[in-house]
Amino acid sequence: MVWINTNISVKAADAAPNRWDVVALPLVIGLLALLAVGGHQMALPLGSVEEVPVTLDPWMLPEYALRSTLRMLAAMAASLVFTFTYATLAAKSRRAGMLLIPVLDVLQSVPVLGYISFTVVFFLGLFPGSVLGAECAAIFAIFTSQAWNMAFSFYQSLRTVPRDLDEAATGFGFSGWQRFWTLEAPYAAPGLVWNMMMSMSGGWFFVVASEAITVGDRTITLPGIGSYLAMAIDGRRLDAVAWAVLAMLLVILVYDQLLFRPLVAWADKFRVETTGAQEVPDSWLLFLFQRTRFFRAAFAPFGRLLDRLAWLRLSAGGRTRGPAGGFRGLGKLLDRAPARAVDGLWYLTLAAAAGWAGWSMIAFVSTGAGWGDVGTALLLGGATLLRVIVLILLATLVWVPLGVVIGLRPRLAEKVQPAAQFLAAFPANLLFPVAVVTILRFDLNPDVWLSPLMILGTQWYILFNVVAGATAFPSDLKEAAASFRIRGWQWWRDVMLPGVFPYYVTGAVTASGGSWNASIVAEAVNWGDTRLAAHGLGRYIAEATAAGDYPRIVLGIAVMSLFVILFNRLLWRPLYAFAERRLRLA
Amino acid sequence: MLNTRNTTLFELSGVRQAYAKPSGQDYVVLDDVALTLRDGEIVGLLGRSGSGKSTLLRIVAGLVKPTGGSVRHHGEPVAGPTDGVAMVFQTFALFPWLTVWENVMAGLKAKGVPAREAEARTEEAIDLIGLSGFESAYPKELSGGMRQRVGFARALVVHPEILLMDEPFSALDVLTAETLRTDLLDLWMERRLPIKSILMVTHNIEEAVLMCDRILVFSSNPGRVAAEIRVDIPHPRNRLDPQFRAMVDDIYGRMTARRPLVAPSPSSRQPPAHAVPLQHVSTNLLAGLLETLASPAYHGKADLPHLAAGLQHEIDDLFPIAETLQMLGFAEVAEGDIHLTEPGRLFAESGLEDRKRLFAEHLIRYVPLAAHIHGLLKESAVQRVPSNRIQVELEAFMSESYAEETLKAVTSWARYAELFTYDDETEAFTFEDAD
Repeated sequence: MVWINTNISVKAADAAPNRWDVVALPLVIGLLALLAVGGHQMALPLGSVEEVPVTLDPWMLPEYALRSTLRMLAAMAASLVFTFTYATLAAKSRRAGMLLIPVLDVLQSVPVLGYISFTVVFFLGLFPGSVLGAECAAIFAIFTSQAWNMAFSFYQSLRTVPRDLDEAATGFGFSGWQRFWTLEAPYAAPGLVWNMMMSMSGGWFFVVASEAITVGDRTITLPGIGSYLAMAIDGRRLDAVAWAVLAMLLVILVYDQLLFRPLVAWADKFRVETTGAQEVPDSWLLFLFQRTRFFRAAFAPFGRLLDRLAWLRLSAGGRTRGPAGGFRGLGKLLDRAPARAVDGLWYLTLAAAAGWAGWSMIAFVSTGAGWGDVGTALLLGGATLLRVIVLILLATLVWVPLGVVIGLRPRLAEKVQPAAQFLAAFPANLLFPVAVVTILRFDLNPDVWLSPLMILGTQWYILFNVVAGATAFPSDLKEAAASFRIRGWQWWRDVMLPGVFPYYVTGAVTASGGSWNASIVAEAVNWGDTRLAAHGLGRYIAEATAAGDYPRIVLGIAVMSLFVILFNRLLWRPLYAFAERRLRLA
Repeated sequence: MLNTRNTTLFELSGVRQAYAKPSGQDYVVLDDVALTLRDGEIVGLLGRSGSGKSTLLRIVAGLVKPTGGSVRHHGEPVAGPTDGVAMVFQTFALFPWLTVWENVMAGLKAKGVPAREAEARTEEAIDLIGLSGFESAYPKELSGGMRQRVGFARALVVHPEILLMDEPFSALDVLTAETLRTDLLDLWMERRLPIKSILMVTHNIEEAVLMCDRILVFSSNPGRVAAEIRVDIPHPRNRLDPQFRAMVDDIYGRMTARRPLVAPSPSSRQPPAHAVPLQHVSTNLLAGLLETLASPAYHGKADLPHLAAGLQHEIDDLFPIAETLQMLGFAEVAEGDIHLTEPGRLFAESGLEDRKRLFAEHLIRYVPLAAHIHGLLKESAVQRVPSNRIQVELEAFMSESYAEETLKAVTSWARYAELFTYDDETEAFTFEDAD
């Protein structure tokens, strides 16, 4: 199966930072800071939280794995609900879209682990004395690693629904609800499923990272693979780490076979293509469901019910209201007012809100940090940036040539591709203890040797995208190159590298985003009570979180978001635009 | 077979569709269009692309609200998607994730027709249109002809009063299109279709004469009804019948009559000469037609319908080439004929270098936009003119897509003539490097 990313968030808006970033960045970070302030005020004695103790008994791992998986699925459900509402509103209303899309762009630049620091206090306050608050915080953290790119994908699909299908739906008098389920959602399905898969792959990392939550001096552990691992690290138990790795491998294998392959194979039918696809994804489970009489009979009533639901009109006035459904209605409400004057008012309101949020953020940060801290954070951000750049370069030098070599051998590619996707889903933080033990044994410099951990889990995105690119490289171009005897360096420079470049950029964007996120856990790692730390912004945030120092957490996260946004805008977007414009093989 | 006592189903008068442009002058797509649709007739809207006929069809469907004029359905003003109207699309517009059966049933489900009745009607429509046996197929498994049959069945199943067709056969190959046309006409003549009237958009003159009772010929920029033609030839019509040929020739003549098709703008503010939309026609096509005309087969003069048949081109392919040649002063088009001018003959007989020189000369003389950019380049100190600047100038007077097409046309012609070139990297026009 070849995965070709049909959209990436980098494409969502024009390159170069614009005035909307100026609104969106303070708005998002400011609101997060407010959440922390609010959480502080309603903070309750955390000691009252009762807990299920976690043990290192390997026989408990199936249960822990199940619990981790359920957290993941709960977050995925939340992400889907978010996607269907947020993206739909952004697509249906021009005014809402003006704000929601830049905000989404900032949201996905905020390091995921940063969210936990803010929200855990808030959620614990919502459910005093219960572990439910911590559960919600963990699920929310996983949600923040999954939702944004799904929403982007859905938004882009909604904006590009083919005009003729749209007119057909309007012509036949579809209501908003009917249009959504019979036209818009199916049209968006392939892109959305692909992004769900990417989200799930990335999600395991955060499941592991968010199950043992430290707030100030108190650590809350939620039963799961992540907390099992945390306990193994505390007790310096390499054997337990190995059990956790094994359990995770099995979980990912099962989820891949039972959930994603069927979903991808099924989503293939929503591809808008005039010709049949050359390669049709398959899944034995879907095959089982579709071909066996038993399953067909068992699920037919369910299918009929869904069909009935999708075809409900659900718009009060019926035909006279035309295609106005819930969201379209809401969007229209936002857009109905006369253009110029209200637009001005809307800009003003947004600017005021951003100004206020930005001001609150600065005020909050200044309660515990000074200008010196800003300088430190920027400097450390530079160190982390350097790491990300060097690592991406190294991964590129290794995986691009290898990916091309693999991609040009279809049989090999068939075997490597699933393996690379599998490795991308595997949470690299499970392997951190192994790396730490090695660094300790050989007494290596943590500033250098902790760095590879940042890209351990995300380098595979480069590999499998390049493999996909080389596999899709047109054979007539290969033959032309061969017949003109283009070889050696010229072959790489003029033929192959331009051909795989768009795919490479897609993979590298994901890899670099993942590396920024991973820096928070990779720049400061523990083994028992031994602590290894590298200089960088990730460690700064991790240490501020451990100390419960909210002003510094806000500062660190704001600075990291700024770095990520600028890095994306100044490097990846121009590269992506270049690839789209010049190197697209039609 | 027409008589005026037939009930009027649909009536448009003074319809205008225009978009405000920064220059203050509206960009007019349709201007003062009147159309009456009566029970029992097939009406064709014939015109070039850009004449607004597809927009008019969407106004009837209630998909587009006109900026002015009245649209009445049974005397009632239309607001929102019109009831009793169903549309067949050029691109078929089938939902790729629904089977043939589900696609046909979609319109009924949306209306909330009870399941049993919906199924019966779906089956009936599928049988009628010749799709039996294909019910469980997905659109991508079907050929173009079969897909369009689904498009017809889907439209007919809702029992519309009026069937709207937007160039329904133009995406099909010649043989398939002919089969579908005859099948549809047979059903219509036998009165087996649950509809009262058909309104179709086409750019194929023969198709219009073959199918329609009445043809409205549209002019371009802005779109207006230039002529209304009744076709009284009894069905089944024979394309080789002299009366049929005469009518086709007549319409060709009207559509190529000297200048009447571009209506003079009523606005007091005329756009500058260089802000006129151009059609992008490849220089290969231009040279190819000039050579064909100069060949012994035509001796510099040809009848357009004859030429179209010989080259297997439809008018939408042939007219832009002919008109561009006329604009460049290489040919004259009038009354359905095209003949070479002296420079045209010279071009056809010259070698590549002389052709380029001649082309450059004519480009400067007859295409004000080329002269405009060339002039700006010569004045510019850095010998660079950003394409964005020209685009903005053009968009003040035309739609974005027209401006893009116009720029594309002038760029490719200027490149051929080696007058100036375009650098994709800096997005600017420059002179060819002197090295």
